Order: sequence, then C-alpha cells, then structure tokens
Amino acid sequence: MNLLKKYLGIIWMLLGPVALYYLIKTALQQIAHHPVIDTKIQWGVFIAVFFPIAIGLMIFGWYAWKEEYKR
Amino acid sequence: MSTSNKSIWKIIGASSVGTLIEWYDFYIFGSLATVIASQFFPKDNPTAALLSTLATFAAGFIVRPFGALVFGRLGDIVGRKYTFLLTLIIMGGSTFAIGLIPSYESIGFAAPIIVLILRLLQGLALGGEYGGAATYVAEHAPANKRGYYTSWIQTTATLGLFVSLGVILLVRQSLDSDPAVSIRKFNDWGWRIPFLVSILLVIVSIYIRLKMNESPLFAKLKAEGKTSVNPLKESFVHKANLKMVLLALFGATMGQGVVWYTGQFYAQNFIETVCKIDFGQSRTILIWAILFATPFFVVFGSWSDKVGRKWIMLGGMLLAIIFYKPIYKQFLSLSDTTAYQAITPTSAGEPQIKRDTVANNIITTTSVKKIFTDGYAYTQKNVDTVFADLSKPVAQAPVMYIDKKLPAGTYWTFVFLVFVQVIFVTMVYGPIAAFLVEMFPTRIRYTSMSLPYHIGNGVFGGLTPFIALLLTTINTGDKLVGLMYPIIVSAICFVIGALYVSNKIDPDVSD
Repeated sequence: MNLLKKYLGIIWMLLGPVALYYLIKTALQQIAHHPVIDTKIQWGVFIAVFFPIAIGLMIFGWYAWKEEYKR
Repeated sequence: MSTSNKSIWKIIGASSVGTLIEWYDFYIFGSLATVIASQFFPKDNPTAALLSTLATFAAGFIVRPFGALVFGRLGDIVGRKYTFLLTLIIMGGSTFAIGLIPSYESIGFAAPIIVLILRLLQGLALGGEYGGAATYVAEHAPANKRGYYTSWIQTTATLGLFVSLGVILLVRQSLDSDPAVSIRKFNDWGWRIPFLVSILLVIVSIYIRLKMNESPLFAKLKAEGKTSVNPLKESFVHKANLKMVLLALFGATMGQGVVWYTGQFYAQNFIETVCKIDFGQSRTILIWAILFATPFFVVFGSWSDKVGRKWIMLGGMLLAIIFYKPIYKQFLSLSDTTAYQAITPTSAGEPQIKRDTVANNIITTTSVKKIFTDGYAYTQKNVDTVFADLSKPVAQAPVMYIDKKLPAGTYWTFVFLVFVQVIFVTMVYGPIAAFLVEMFPTRIRYTSMSLPYHIGNGVFGGLTPFIALLLTTINTGDKLVGLMYPIIVSAICFVIGALYVSNKIDPDVSD
C-alpha cells in the first residue's frame, strides 16, 4: 500500500499541470469564441482560483512521492 | 476537559443558531439571483445582468478562503468566541444593508458596486464562521461524542438553505391575495424582506453568543502562554502541518464540496431550468427532501464516533459517483412531455399571444396552458418569426414545454430522488467537522481547518452550478454533461481519501 501511495504521487504531481493546461486551453477557446467581458471575467476568475490549487496538488504529489504519508 | 451534558447543549444551540443564520444570509442572495439582477444590474442585456449576479455569487464563494485565513488567524490568536461573534456581526450587517440599497434605476452604477462589496463581506464573514463554530463545539465535546455533537453544526448549512427557501416562498406568496400581484410586488420590493428580517435573528444570536465562555482548550492554552504567534506560518509553511492541510483538501473537503452543492443547488437548478418544472414545485421538492434528510447529518455524525469518519464520508462520495447519472436521467424521463403531447388535455387555457418586432422581423409567441387528467400541467410555447424579407420562409422555433406541474406521484418521486442526493450530502458532511478538528492541533486549529474546508466547500463546491452550466454550453447535445464535474472531482477525492486518509479517531484533541 505504501508503494502504491508513493507512485501515485507522480500522478498527483502531473495532474496539477495537466488540469491547468486544459483549463487555460478551454479558457482561450471560449474567450476567442465569445470575446465579451463576461467570458473574460469568468475564465479569468477560474484560472486565478484553480492555479494555486493545482500547485497545491503538485505539492501533495511531491509529499506522497517522498513518502510523507507513509504509515 | 469535556463539558457537562446541560452546558454542551447550550453551547451547541448557541453555536448552531448563529451559524444557521450566517448560512441563511448567504443563501438568500443566491436564491434571489434573478430578482437581484433585475434590480441592480443594467437591464439592456438580461443575460449579462444574470451573469453579473452569478459572478457576484461566485465572488462570494471565492473570498471565503480569504475569510478563513483572516478570521482563522484571529481565532487562533485572540480566541474562538470573539472571532465568530465578529463574523456574525459582519454577516448580519452586510445582509441587512443589501436589503436597503436603492436600485440601479435610482443611483446608477453605485448600486451594483455596493452590492458587490457587501457580497464580498458576506463571503469573508462566512469564511470565518464555520471553522470557529465547529472548533468551539468540538473543543467542548468528549472524545466519544465528538462526531455526534459537531454534527449539529453540520445541519446548519442545509437548514440555512431550507429556511432561506421557506422565507422566500412565504414572502413571495403573502404580499397580496392575488398570487400574480403578490409575485409582482415581491419582484418589485418584497425581495428586500428576507434580507431585512435577518437583522432580528442576528441580534438575538449575538446576545446569546456574548454570554458564552471561551473554549476550554483555547483558554488553557492562552493561560499557559502557548498560543500561536503566527498561525498562518505554522499552518501553511511548516511541512508537518501543510501536508495535513493538503490531505484534508484533496482527500475529503474537495469531494464533500461538490457532493454538497450538486445534491442541493445543482439539483434544484436542473429541475427548474432543464426539466422546466415551475418555480414553486422546483423549490418545494428541495424543501421536502431537505426536511426528510436533515436528521441523517446527526445519524452519520454519531455513527462516525463508532466506526470512524473516513469510510462514511468516502461512502457518500462513492454513492454519488455511481448514482448521479441514473438519478438525473430519471429527472429527464419523468418530466418528459412526449406521452402527453399525444393525448387530449382535460382543459386548455386561452392562448396568450405576444408580438414583438426585432430588426423589422415580427416575432409571435403563443402560450397555451394545458392540464391533463392525472394533474400534469404545462405551458406550451410556440415562437414564430416572420422576416421583413418576405422571400424568407416563416421560421418556427422548436415547441417549448415550460412551467410544468407534476402530478402527485411524480412529484414525490422527484422528492425521493433529491432526498437520496441529500443523504449522500449527510454522509460526506455529517462527520467532516470532527474529522477536520482531529487533524490539527489546538494552537492553529481554527486557521488550519478553515482553509481546506472553504476551498473544498466554497471553491470546488460553490462553483459547481456555474461550471456545470458552462459545460452544458460547451457540449449542448448532452443534458447530463454538467455532472461530469462533480463526478470527476469526487472520484479523485475518493481515491486520495481511500489511500492516504486515516480512519483513526483522535482520542485527545487538546494537543
């Protein structure tokens, strides 16, 4: 179980930037599709809010990889 | 260190009433989003006005984590009692003030700006309230009843929603003997009443809270001079605590937040805007479901004292992941009008015809109300456009079936399906206060538990209806695509929680 927790740490570390990439990609597509202020504000807020959360997920993955959650 | 049985009920009562009022204050704004949009935002473009309000609504949620930091820090330095007293005053004052703001027509852009500021203050106050109330009760509770006693605090968010829906429905229907006039008056000025009455409840709650004592664990820590000097640094910079904050967020509160908001907000929104059930029924369905399910917060909170918090919370998430799609498919199937279109209604109202001219094109809207033998009713709406360029054929939009009224049997099936979702909510939410309290030490507990709770509940959860709506606009063909957001977030949270979270109940939270 501890080994699984350790190696899943890689997944969590990757999930942060992957989620952020798709979020930014979708935001740019949506803003290009509806270039109005509402769309820009919405997606700007989403990116601003989820960016630190994605960083947090990467740190969580790093801790898992370093076996900080080992029991 | 635990308190006598009589005192603990006073503590639970005083903490819960204040927290319930804060949730009520917070939710009436969301529940009245459409009315507020018409009052405070430019009316030229109704969609823009509604989006502005939704953005304001989201802002209310996004500032919640900041409230958690500001008031969490204060609560760990000054004390629990005065901090959650302060949040109550800020929340009550902001809510009352929203009820007093002149409309956009009267004072122009100052109106939406003031609304936004007050909404941000509401979010900030809510961010500080919950952690304080949960910590305060848990620090008075004996180890073997911590889940049970804190679960009373957990009922307040749902009951706050329940009371807000009830007050809105009551005021909306009681301003005039003629229902149509009553609704008109409500949309005009009556919407202010739910905001204004809040101040009476807040004054009572402040009075009760002033008479309470400080948490015994915090008081002892303070007397010994062992309180934290910098709770933010200790909570989020020191690795030993930061790793637990991240685990609380990704292994518990993230999934809890989306299950909470899907089961209550998204469900009601889906029933009203996708299934097209009328305003009153879509709200009473939720009210009944909440009423029947609320006792289960206490049931699961209490059960978690015996079997541990982890698997009850994760069980709720797993059930949500499995059953969301079948439940929402049932909503669509039960509200489908196809079978009724083939039969003759028992009565059909006079067609209401409305003509508008847009860019020289004539748009004719015909609405007919139809009632069937089993009590099912809907309004059939046809929209035809005659173009100024007569060479173009008349355009007929697809027939719409709106303001549906469900017959008794189907109505109660809807109540049951929402009830099942609220049961998932009670599973993930009932034990979570005790779970979070046990994860962190007393000296930084308020700060450490408030942030993951409000990111999970406020950001992941609060944005659920908004993100679900966006997904449906991106993929218009699938009415259930909005569910992918809560399902994916819950699934990730379930895996992290199952692998990394411990099921052990901390016997001593005085550390």
